[in-house]
Amino acid sequence: MATDLSAEASAAAIKPVRQAPPSGSHGSSQVIRTGGAARIVIYLILALFCLYYLLPLYIMVVNSLKPLSEITAGGMMALPRDWTLSPWASAWSTAQIGVAATGLRPFFLNSILMVVPAVAISTVLGAMNGYVLTKWRFRGDTWVFGLLLFACFIPFQMVLIPMARMLGLVGLAGTVPGLIFVHLVYGIGFSTLYFRNYYQQFPTELVRAAQIDGAGFFTIFRRIMLPSSGPIAVVCVIWQFTNIWNDFLFGASFSDFDSQPMTVALNNLVQSSTGVKEYNVHFAGAIMAALPTLLVYIVAGRYFVRGLMAGSVKG
Amino acid sequence: MAQTTSGRGGSGGDWLRDALPRLVLSPSFAIVLIFVYGFILFTFVLSFTDSRILPSFGFVGWENYQKLFGLRAWGIAVKNLAIFGSLYIVICCAIGLLLAILLDQKIRAEGFIRTIYLYPMALSFIVTGTAWKWFLDPGIGLQAVVRSWGWESFTFDWIKNSEMAIYTIVIAAVWQTSGFVMAMFLAGLRGIDTEMMKAAQIDGASTFALYRRIVIPQLRPAFMSAFVVLAHMAIKSYDLVIALTGGGPGTATELPATFMYSYTFTRNQMGIGAASAVIMLMTIAAIMVPFIYSELREKK
Amino acid sequence: MGFLDINRATKSYGAVKVLHETDISIDEGEFLVLVGPSGCGKSTLLNMIAGLEEITTGDIAIKGRSMNGVRPAERNIAMVFQSYALYPNMNVAQNIAFGLEMHGVPKPERDKAVAQVAELLQINHLLDRKPGQLSGGQRQRVAMGRALVRDPDVFLFDEPLSNLDAKLRVDMRTEIKKLHQKLRTTIVYVTHDQIEALTLSTRIAVMFGGHVQQLGTPKEIYDRPANMFVAGFMGSPSMNLFPATIAVENGRAVAKARKSGGEVTLPFAEGRGFEAQAGREIVLGLRPEAITDRDGADHRSRAVHVIEVPVEITEPAGSDTFVMAHLGGKEVTGRFRADVDVRPGQVFPFAINMEKAVAFDPRTEARIA
Repeated sequence: MATDLSAEASAAAIKPVRQAPPSGSHGSSQVIRTGGAARIVIYLILALFCLYYLLPLYIMVVNSLKPLSEITAGGMMALPRDWTLSPWASAWSTAQIGVAATGLRPFFLNSILMVVPAVAISTVLGAMNGYVLTKWRFRGDTWVFGLLLFACFIPFQMVLIPMARMLGLVGLAGTVPGLIFVHLVYGIGFSTLYFRNYYQQFPTELVRAAQIDGAGFFTIFRRIMLPSSGPIAVVCVIWQFTNIWNDFLFGASFSDFDSQPMTVALNNLVQSSTGVKEYNVHFAGAIMAALPTLLVYIVAGRYFVRGLMAGSVKG
Repeated sequence: MAQTTSGRGGSGGDWLRDALPRLVLSPSFAIVLIFVYGFILFTFVLSFTDSRILPSFGFVGWENYQKLFGLRAWGIAVKNLAIFGSLYIVICCAIGLLLAILLDQKIRAEGFIRTIYLYPMALSFIVTGTAWKWFLDPGIGLQAVVRSWGWESFTFDWIKNSEMAIYTIVIAAVWQTSGFVMAMFLAGLRGIDTEMMKAAQIDGASTFALYRRIVIPQLRPAFMSAFVVLAHMAIKSYDLVIALTGGGPGTATELPATFMYSYTFTRNQMGIGAASAVIMLMTIAAIMVPFIYSELREKK
Repeated sequence: MGFLDINRATKSYGAVKVLHETDISIDEGEFLVLVGPSGCGKSTLLNMIAGLEEITTGDIAIKGRSMNGVRPAERNIAMVFQSYALYPNMNVAQNIAFGLEMHGVPKPERDKAVAQVAELLQINHLLDRKPGQLSGGQRQRVAMGRALVRDPDVFLFDEPLSNLDAKLRVDMRTEIKKLHQKLRTTIVYVTHDQIEALTLSTRIAVMFGGHVQQLGTPKEIYDRPANMFVAGFMGSPSMNLFPATIAVENGRAVAKARKSGGEVTLPFAEGRGFEAQAGREIVLGLRPEAITDRDGADHRSRAVHVIEVPVEITEPAGSDTFVMAHLGGKEVTGRFRADVDVRPGQVFPFAINMEKAVAFDPRTEARIA
């Protein structure tokens, strides 16, 4: 479900990484000698798993580029004989989503309108919180952090009913701002966790030096902490983005037809029981829903995993 | 470690400056207090009421819980979670550990392979569900493809089979997460002291013995985190089921998360829905609270 | 009233008292070193002077103005940290100017001040670099520059040399001393290195267990340690401490101590007042340089006494040879001239300079005389 990405991130953040990032060049491998035959077997297994992980992507891509008839004739695994972009065009602008034939375009825009503010605000708040929790500690701060942290892991089923009521009462039900608010509320815990663990590694002497130099609370944050926060900010932004973009539960619970995010619209497209099942259009739509996060992963993925590991080393 | 610089008996401005850090933290804290803990309390209270389509406050004691555990649908959901959860955790850990150990053998193009193993993590479960739904569909997917290749009797219709459908959820979920578990184990492996490995080799340990006796026991923390992450994900699994099977065929793949949603919002049994959410929370808390507590304590 | 007055200051964390009632007063231009083993409270005291930690009870005043409740930025102090605490995102010039900027000094003045300090510390060529591109010694200079540019009332140094390698540490030590002699600023300097304390300070506070054990000039601390802790902590090799008994022979006070197969008698210098304390058990303290070979003994001393003791080990150290023997059941170390021909197993004449001897009470560990 929607929160899963962040759940993983956080658990990674709380524990397993007192270690070097996976990209570290000096691993245990250096001392293990494996024979030629064994190495061939190793590469073979690794390659097989590559196929396993790539298979669904391959299916989505090739089938989104072929006419429906080629799929229904049992040619799902084959490359298109008749290359076509019409499934993409249909998924984007004409496919039937629920009651209207709007394609996925308006919902893609909804998702962007939802993700950008939610990510920006939760990251800024997380940075401030992390700063306070590590450099301006006060009695009971560990408790505050513990409560924020546990909030990351609750099953959201526990808040669906009151949240639906509350959004209805304040008139945000079924709107994009309502979704922004919900994602903001349940994103703060994670962004705080990231920045807190990162700032814990940040030398406190620097804060003291700045205090003696006469810098105040906000000046220290802006001039000393923020300029060194690039890596963790990237980590936080990417995780929140992936998380919120991929959310389904909140989207399905709190949006109207007009404010549906991409994941909900895609599910409606695929599950619609009327008419012929246009598998090629479904695959094209699925790729559209996957593209933004996939793109982020490809562009910043290595850096992202590394930054996550490095930023979340235990304090 | 406190860097309080507060002045005793300072002016009003001093008071503001001293309180500033806590003031900055307070909106976030208030939000979480209300919208997480307040709402949890609200749902908890609802689970003892006769709420149906809307919240109402006629208290009925444990009735909802008694009804819940009497429901066949809830029994199925819990049994499914047990099957799905245990297989999901075991298979993810097995694949993750295997791939991590293999990738730790000075593999060429390691970064590239890792990227491939990890990319499913970037996808929405709705996307994953869609891809696997049609791939596993006997009419057009794997079964149809193999038959079109000439093996006419080949059958793979788990997704349409009430007995087997839950395993298709495992397949898709493992596909999505095992790469991440691999990354966790790989990080663990890279953290093990190289000199210890050298010493074990000088002691005459075979590669197999080295891993079984020296390396894998040291991955305990990584196993712990993997378990916590995976268990927590399994309990919250919702999107994947909706996209892959919709809970079907029939109710064959319902999980507590889908049960809660349908009882609350489509069957208008809000009291029972709230009770099921409380059970989910308790289960997750039983796993997470000791974990978080030990982490925060260790840090002190 | 001095320039910096610490008046009955204490610090507690909850029930744990990390600094007991402390009184220190120094004048303008003094170089006060707080020295002691880790956990002795010296850094806590420094942080209290800086205002980074609150005072639990008592008072700290600079130039007669109480600093209680005054923020670090408003105390007109500057601090050099152990890790240097250079802002990693700013270049050297920005690092040095940051404090001035925060105090609203206009840019042209800041630039001038930075240039002056850079000149003084010979770091002009580094001004455009980031801290990450500097060597340890260079960072150390920048950290000092950042403190100097503020022209504060008091400089605080928190173990500033402990991250440097041995050679550089000695060089920087000399540099700091030169700087102090040139600028005549008031400095409070924390270290665990007793040699730094002795070489740099005008006054030393030796701390242990949250108490100031002794406050005095380097010479006072070295020659007349207040108790056995100070005696053992200051000086290297540390002061020899061994049990002895006071006796009076021919109207003159002597200390009697066991040696292997017998006893040595060491007459005290006159006028120490031990004559009235015959029979008292003491711990006798002698610096290694007060135990030497016959020709190496201080010719101006009027209380050099020669005893014959079996040599156990010799450690040639280039400029000197350290010679170990047993007195009063304890191992004692003498500092001999390097070219003395002395071998283990030999019974050798040791010249003891009793003018330098100090005596401690074995129970209270305090110095008697």
